[in-house]
Amino acid sequence: MSAKLNALSSDSYIDISQYRDQHFKGNRYEQEKLLKQSNTLYVGNLSFYTTEEQVHELFSKCGDVKRIIIGLDKIKKTACGFCFVEYYTRNDAENAMRFVNGTRLDDRIIRTDWDAGFKEGRQYGRGKSGGQVRDEYRQDYDPARGGYGKLAQQQRPTEARNTF
Amino acid sequence: MKMKREEGGGNRARAGTVSVEVGFLSLGQPHKRRRTSEPIEIEDRLESLICRVGEKSTSSLESNLEGLAGVLEADLPNYKNKILRILCSVARLLPEKLTVYTTLVGLLNARNYNFGGEFVEAMIRQLKETLKNNLYNEAVYLVRFLSDLVNCHVIAAPSMVAMFENFVSVTQEEDVPQVRSDWFVYVVLSCLPWVGKELYEKKDVEMDRLLSQIEGYLKRRVKTHVPMLQVWSAEKPHPQEEYLDCLWAQIQKLKKDRWQERHILRPYIAFDSVLCEALQHNLPPFTPPGHMPDAHYPMPRVVFRMFDYTDAPEGPVMPGSHSVERFVIEENLHCIIKTHWKERKTCAAQLLSYPGKSKIPLNYHIVEVIFGQLFQLPVPPHIDVMYTTLLIELCKLQPGSLPQVLAQATEMLYMRLDTMNTSCIDRLINWFAHHLSNFQFRWSWDDWADCLTVDREMPKPKFVKEVLEKSMRLSYHQRIVDIVPPTFSALIPSEPVFVYKYADESAVSLPGYTVSITVQNAIKNKASNEEILSILKEVSNPNQEDDDDETESFNPLKIDVFLQTLLHMAAKSFSHSFSALGKFHEILKALTDTDEGKLHILKVVYDVWKNHPQMIAVLVDKMIRTQIVDCAAVANWLFSQNMAHEFTRLYIWEILHSTIRKMNKHVQKIQKELEEAKDKLEKQQHKRRDSGDEDMERTSEDEEAQLEEQIERLQEKVESAQSEQKNLFLVIFQRFIMLLTEHLVRCETGSVDVSTPWYRNCIDRLQQIFLMHHQTIQQYMGTLENLLFTAELDPHILAVYQQFCALQL
Repeated sequence: MSAKLNALSSDSYIDISQYRDQHFKGNRYEQEKLLKQSNTLYVGNLSFYTTEEQVHELFSKCGDVKRIIIGLDKIKKTACGFCFVEYYTRNDAENAMRFVNGTRLDDRIIRTDWDAGFKEGRQYGRGKSGGQVRDEYRQDYDPARGGYGKLAQQQRPTEARNTF
Repeated sequence: MKMKREEGGGNRARAGTVSVEVGFLSLGQPHKRRRTSEPIEIEDRLESLICRVGEKSTSSLESNLEGLAGVLEADLPNYKNKILRILCSVARLLPEKLTVYTTLVGLLNARNYNFGGEFVEAMIRQLKETLKNNLYNEAVYLVRFLSDLVNCHVIAAPSMVAMFENFVSVTQEEDVPQVRSDWFVYVVLSCLPWVGKELYEKKDVEMDRLLSQIEGYLKRRVKTHVPMLQVWSAEKPHPQEEYLDCLWAQIQKLKKDRWQERHILRPYIAFDSVLCEALQHNLPPFTPPGHMPDAHYPMPRVVFRMFDYTDAPEGPVMPGSHSVERFVIEENLHCIIKTHWKERKTCAAQLLSYPGKSKIPLNYHIVEVIFGQLFQLPVPPHIDVMYTTLLIELCKLQPGSLPQVLAQATEMLYMRLDTMNTSCIDRLINWFAHHLSNFQFRWSWDDWADCLTVDREMPKPKFVKEVLEKSMRLSYHQRIVDIVPPTFSALIPSEPVFVYKYADESAVSLPGYTVSITVQNAIKNKASNEEILSILKEVSNPNQEDDDDETESFNPLKIDVFLQTLLHMAAKSFSHSFSALGKFHEILKALTDTDEGKLHILKVVYDVWKNHPQMIAVLVDKMIRTQIVDCAAVANWLFSQNMAHEFTRLYIWEILHSTIRKMNKHVQKIQKELEEAKDKLEKQQHKRRDSGDEDMERTSEDEEAQLEEQIERLQEKVESAQSEQKNLFLVIFQRFIMLLTEHLVRCETGSVDVSTPWYRNCIDRLQQIFLMHHQTIQQYMGTLENLLFTAELDPHILAVYQQFCALQL
């Protein structure tokens, strides 16, 4: 009766992604092993104003949340648009990957991905300016994430001068 | 339409290889990420071919089936067992494509009689296994598959009728749970849409006798359980019918229509000329397995209906509630969700590509089936949030039509709130708020202005209020103010601000004020726990005259001063508050040593955070997990007089159910630890016996002694946890009984109607305890019946208990 059909047991929303943490202490294999057993999710594309309470409310729909760690700008120590959500069980985290990933929180489509586990220091952005790397180089204007990307902000004053 | 052999697509594979034309080989799964290439086993290929037959193909389904039959026939010499296994599995796991696979089996049987026979045997073996393993829902699909094989000339009709006769004879058994005979009757009836016509053509006398027996059984069935499972208590506009009654009415109507059924997709019709040449097999006589005490038959259910033909304004007409088409459509949609629920995009796509969709108002059926699952009692088949996300996907795929149907459905559900079961209203609240949060909270609130004209405790304004509260949790207070018309301001939740007793100088006169300042400073200066405890010694006990016994007895003011101050300092966020509870855990444990202490700490949490129910819930959760309070204390607090005015609010029940779940998980965890220790001991003992080495035996004996000691400790822990769990349920039920009895007596003496909004809410909440935790409660039925739910109880309250018992009769 254990006859399961591989062709029918697709559960692709819980697959691990291509992302690997470059700062992870250990080799690729070890990281992947942890990702496949993890109860912790990385959550990205948050607004800088999204609160722990809002994250808790949404992610509690998949099970009891053990803890939430809001990602911080390394210099300013303010929220910089990501967080970690840790569940008590793997099963609950899988449901979040299936049903919360790609839906909206605070009007923004958020993205969840497996995380190998929170370690002190991982709550800080790794961009040069203190926030997330993605906010260093992006060219778009996102009012919920500090406006223009950091590089673009530096370029912009030059443009303004030239128009005068 | 006759199917000519030469028209079949695809090539005939060579024996030993599985190479098939791209036309009907589609290995691409919509969502599979690309992995590094692996050798695909023959088995995987066969599986893929069979599971995906007809998908993504430009040829017709019939053409694909013909081709696949050719491929499989050629592979039978080498891969017969694999093919048998796969076909048996799809029969069980892909019931929504039943007729596709019965056709395939029919074609194979026509080409290879022995294979057909072996397949039937394998199916019977699988059916026996499935029943033995309590997989009754899957067993239904297997029997249905067998019955459709009659249409494909694989199984002889008389032998199918004989199997049905054996099933129906279960209704003659005595002293068996009703749900057992229910199942056997359900299986037979649910096959008839597919095979009724054929069976009646061959064996009408026997079939009439069968139906007559079923009718007799249905008449004598006890239906005490029905009110507990109905989503609405009202009969109008759609009665919530018991599932067997509804199916019986549908089969009656089908019979009256002379078994003409036009909805089911039947690919085998195209192959009739080939199939009718095939030799049929007889089903071996099948005796239903006897009733075993550990059997878990499916629970009875109620058919959820919210739409009828008047609701779909244009386009195809919705089949009537007693039409067999309605049954088949609903079955198939339920099966699609069961197969694909983990992958919402695929699930939505499969639902929307339902074969035959052009003849039915498919969007309405889909929405109805989804809400039917979401509102199913006791619990939905899948996690609630899945339905929210699935509906969003469906809206994305059909942006021009589905959102309107969903809005229409929401409107209808709102209009019928007055008679909706409270558990279902809870789910509706959570769904609607979450759904809105994905669509900028856009809603025509003015359409619901009628809710402002009635008492705030009535279902409609209560619903709106709770939706706004949940919506605020997913956004923020000002957002809610902005999205509703000013007329709705009374229903807007309060701003989630802390209420600090010692906030400003006006609090100077309050006892404990000066100590609160001292404590605050001590915390800021990182004083030790001992220092803080000695500061708190200064707080006089309002309950006492003199100071001896100070350290022993419960001092509510001390708790007030410390906890109010601490939580005020940590009010910024959940993390701040959790950190505070953790840092001062020792002090909090000391302060809540007694039951009164535990109750009071909960009272203080409420007092300071009454505007922020979400914070109350997370703090209570943390305090249980860190053992500052226990589960019974939380239950007693929720039922206390202090909380009576909050009793009908949703967050109260979320806290209570969360508390019960934590208790249940705790018991399960220790039970698991005990089992694991026992297994470990057994393994160790085997190892010792098999080793024969003297030294090893000695160390092993030591280890075993340790394990035995551990097992003894765990055994005690399990017993203690189970006792705590039983006590929790007793406390909860006792409190319910007290509250409800009080109300009923008061109404009786005052000659007032008992059915106030409060009462209806309370009785639904009692019911909800039974439904949400039925598996755990089953163990305590004896105690419940002897101690609490005795014959002396008011019939209103006893009815809830009796309906619950009837679920497993």
